[in-house]
Amino acid sequence: MLKAAITGIGMSELGRNTQRPCIDLLADAALEAMADAGLGRDDIDGITTYPGKHDGSPGMSPLGCTEVREALGLKTRWHSSSSEGPAQMSPVMIAAMAVSTGQARHVLCFRALTESSSQSAGRRASVPVGNGGRIDGWTQWLVPMGALSAATWAAQFARRRMHEFGATREQLGAQCVLQRANAQANPRAIFHGKPMSMDDYLGARMIADPLGMFDCDIPIDGACVVIVSASDAARHLRKPPITIAAMGAALTRRDSWDQRADLTQMASLDACEDMWSRTDLKPADVDIAALYDGFSVFVPMWLESFGFCKRGEGEAFIGDGHTALTGSLPTNTGGGQMSAGRLHGFGHLHEACTQLWGEGAGRQVADAQTAVVGMGGGPLAGSMLLQRA
Amino acid sequence: MNTHAPRPLPALTSDTMPFWTAGAHGQLLIQQCCLCSYFIHPPTGFCPECENSETVYTAVSGRGFVETFTVNYKIWMPGLPDRYVLALVRLAEQNDVRLATNIVGCDPASVRFDMPVKVQFEQTGDLWIPLFAPDPVP
Repeated sequence: MLKAAITGIGMSELGRNTQRPCIDLLADAALEAMADAGLGRDDIDGITTYPGKHDGSPGMSPLGCTEVREALGLKTRWHSSSSEGPAQMSPVMIAAMAVSTGQARHVLCFRALTESSSQSAGRRASVPVGNGGRIDGWTQWLVPMGALSAATWAAQFARRRMHEFGATREQLGAQCVLQRANAQANPRAIFHGKPMSMDDYLGARMIADPLGMFDCDIPIDGACVVIVSASDAARHLRKPPITIAAMGAALTRRDSWDQRADLTQMASLDACEDMWSRTDLKPADVDIAALYDGFSVFVPMWLESFGFCKRGEGEAFIGDGHTALTGSLPTNTGGGQMSAGRLHGFGHLHEACTQLWGEGAGRQVADAQTAVVGMGGGPLAGSMLLQRA
Repeated sequence: MNTHAPRPLPALTSDTMPFWTAGAHGQLLIQQCCLCSYFIHPPTGFCPECENSETVYTAVSGRGFVETFTVNYKIWMPGLPDRYVLALVRLAEQNDVRLATNIVGCDPASVRFDMPVKVQFEQTGDLWIPLFAPDPVP
């Protein structure tokens, strides 16, 4: 049984080509999160991240637990970083299990990236080709064919969905446009002050058909911190705790970018089925959704996975206006990764908490009490159900 | 993407070498279970159907069908063509074996779902990459 809650959140400035050291960004986010919870550095006794310090793709993860423990001078009883796990959500899930079993009381979960600065320097996209050497592992079955980016893998899911369900670019575009509108009420968003129309969306250059430039998320520099506390330690902090009511990490099908039996769905389906099996709550109880949008097509797939609509109905659900701020299920209310910037799912978690604490200001959904967060795409997925106490 | 585009290449290991090099003899080899004949791809050396660890690389017909595809426009690395077709092809012998590949020998705009295709190989260094073209005699 989980006995875990989110008690504080923090985010650095989000920027492009800031040339700021990653640890600077992380420190801003960490101090903000601790202040938000009403905790000090001495209270933090756990630290987790995903995927840990990683040099393969420029700026993707310059900091691991080691660097952050050292820089912040933390004394911890529990630490963990892993690249294998339920997607970008794994550090939060591991923290929830750590506090539920008494390994730690307050865990600082972080994600920090400098992809914009790192990739601007060499004009290099995040392409998994190593450093001129030979490749191995699962990418060897994709990359030699010129399937060099997740965009090209996601596009083949999107294309299949159009073929099977009659989904359209305009429906995907509706999600991109509404997220951009939401970003206009989020001062931290990369595209704050830069609205986008459907014509802008449809007129953008094509990346991998049917995904165009605005179907893709935006590499940025930024850091985000979420503090996960033991339920009994969460009660008397600065804010009402946000309970982690359930989480799902299952992989019950053959989950890869190329071998999954049903190419209209992804691992999110496994994770969501698992999550709902662990709670009495139902999709109808959910007020807002924060769904990983590395590419636009992930959003309808997550909507179906969580059961907000049936298989094949995700794009139409969007097209009918359900995911807009005024719709039945406001989704990616802060702009998501496509309009606020890529924080690898931590931005989604941050936004869900912002809404549940009623701090969304111009983008606040009235009386939001229950949220789902889905992180990951393709063979990676973690899902979480959050409730304001 | 059919003429000497730059391709990041896999490391050749004893496990994968038959797949990546049999194109030199015009053959598409897929790992197969010696007991139940299930095709295993990507190759793992273990049959998930019958738990057997004896496997052999077997030549298949090289015929298949387009399961899904995309036309790529973004130049991810220098030297790539302006546009090329990426696809997942399911093999005629076993429909849950899919190869990520390029569809070549036709206008990218002419590629269709479930289109019959046949393998051909492009030599790049010490590898023969399996690509697929429309199959005139499906």
